[in-house]
Amino acid sequence: MFDPKHLIIDSPNEGVFRVHRSAMTSPEIFRMEQERIFNKCWLYLCHDSEVENPGDYRRRNVAGRPLFFIRGSDGKLRVFLNTCTHRGALICRHDQGHADILQCFYHAWSFNNQGDLIGVPDEAGYPASFNRAEMGLKPPPRVESYRGFVFVSFNPDVEELVTYLAGAREYLDLIADQAEKGMRIIPGSNRYSIKANWKLLVENSLDGYHVRPTHKTYFEYVKSMGINTSGVQTAFSRPALVLGNGHAVEEHDGIRGRPIARWSPLFGEENKEEIAAIRAGLVRKFGEQKARHMADISRNLLIYPNLLIIDSIDITVRIFWPLAPDLIEVTAWQLAPKEEKPELLARRLDNFLTFHGPGGFATPDDVEAIESCQAGYKAEGVEWSELSRGMHREAIAEDELQLRAFWRQWFGHLSGLGHVETNDPVIREKAALAR
Amino acid sequence: MPEASSAGNDGSATVLRAAVEEFLYREAALLDAWRLDEWLALFTADGRYLVPTTDLPDGDPQKDLVFIDDDMVRLRARVERLKSRHGHREYPSSRTRRFISNIRIKVDDGAIVVTSSFLVYRFRMGESSPYVGWYEHRLKQIDGELKIQHRKAVLDQEALSEHGAVSIIL
Repeated sequence: MFDPKHLIIDSPNEGVFRVHRSAMTSPEIFRMEQERIFNKCWLYLCHDSEVENPGDYRRRNVAGRPLFFIRGSDGKLRVFLNTCTHRGALICRHDQGHADILQCFYHAWSFNNQGDLIGVPDEAGYPASFNRAEMGLKPPPRVESYRGFVFVSFNPDVEELVTYLAGAREYLDLIADQAEKGMRIIPGSNRYSIKANWKLLVENSLDGYHVRPTHKTYFEYVKSMGINTSGVQTAFSRPALVLGNGHAVEEHDGIRGRPIARWSPLFGEENKEEIAAIRAGLVRKFGEQKARHMADISRNLLIYPNLLIIDSIDITVRIFWPLAPDLIEVTAWQLAPKEEKPELLARRLDNFLTFHGPGGFATPDDVEAIESCQAGYKAEGVEWSELSRGMHREAIAEDELQLRAFWRQWFGHLSGLGHVETNDPVIREKAALAR
Repeated sequence: MPEASSAGNDGSATVLRAAVEEFLYREAALLDAWRLDEWLALFTADGRYLVPTTDLPDGDPQKDLVFIDDDMVRLRARVERLKSRHGHREYPSSRTRRFISNIRIKVDDGAIVVTSSFLVYRFRMGESSPYVGWYEHRLKQIDGELKIQHRKAVLDQEALSEHGAVSIIL
């Protein structure tokens, strides 16, 4: 039996943190991750706003399983395994749509939009033991949501979602609270693949260290628009934050404007007042400090294992699924307040296009970087990746603490320890002293 | 693909068709040769380049998420990035080859609206998968020359899948 304990060297006293590169290449580890992480944790499915009206549905794969979610006539969002309880055919065969009744095309069994089996052709042909009431569409073992973010788990014994989210809750609040009337997912999604291991995308998403060297052309573009980019030199010196259970956030000072609520000349004079009013509203509701945290500081939030929310010049929700040790399928959406004025929404979407997404000025280079790592592993002779940056001090955003936190939890799951302490000892000791 | 009826069967339509076809082929040749500055010069000053997402081919960049929505400022910046050795996704540059067919032309209130099918092959780091879709070029005659006012590349693929990015100009 393969032993995961040889995959990570975590020796704070010696200042060593290394990950064995087979963690990114081994089919055996890939299978183990499916079983010990993706079959055990809470996994992001959708945002509540994606099915607005009764009968609206969308289908989506979660950890390779076909699911769909639908708002019932009773107004409740439900999630079902996308398979007929009769002989297995997919029930929902459009990516999205609207239905009061879902009929399986194979033998025409019909289900209402709350999942009940309501029609079986020639039902009399079944024995007396056949019970229609028990043959409704089946949900995954657990479905829970927090502030509109809907998660599922294939582990019936998983802890409650709010417990699982640990310190990440506060950061989801920070995002959800930006909207007066709730957030919504904007139509249009980015779907693309990356030929790399999924954990490399986790690393890249939380890594402040790569931003300046990798995204040079992005900053050149930003500068060409008349934005002062000198702040980038110090933007990543905020404390690194580990949120428990593998969740982490990389926060940095924003240099650009954002619709909520930081005006910059690119927004135009005509929107200055509106943004100031939004900001004043945040201060009124949450106080100066939280409003500043919301509006001036950008963050990449990882909800372990594979949901990333980039709350920055726009709000990108990105989920990524491992399909093979060296293949990831990514889907990304834009989140915006339901009440956002058309001019500000247009500016938000434009912000997204400059950095994020497969046509942006930065994300393609991240894809290139992690594909390049995956390609480099084929050289084999270098066995370990080095992740000790900042381990000797109270780590900052451009250190690798967030990455270590992820890896520690990953190791905890793979070796059967469950949730483990993910922070660096330096920070834990300081916290203990403060108590 | 939307209907684009032929511009009639008289001689002028034939001349226009020849000019439009030549224009599209020349544009493809410039892009395949990475002569991107010359390609930029094909646009009007208010030119635009749009690539909608694969799941929303009618996406409106004002209210929907798209892949690319460039005005000339950003398109120029995109070209600068593609020419830079720091534009990592395209450094070293891909080899590309564009095939354009099914060209249909409609003249609409002074604008020449051309739809066509494209296959754009991109070869790099062992990859060779094509982008498949259709173009809509809104062309304008300026001083006897055709210029692009609006260029839309709509992908037929269900997802960008193996491409990972739209890092070349489609």
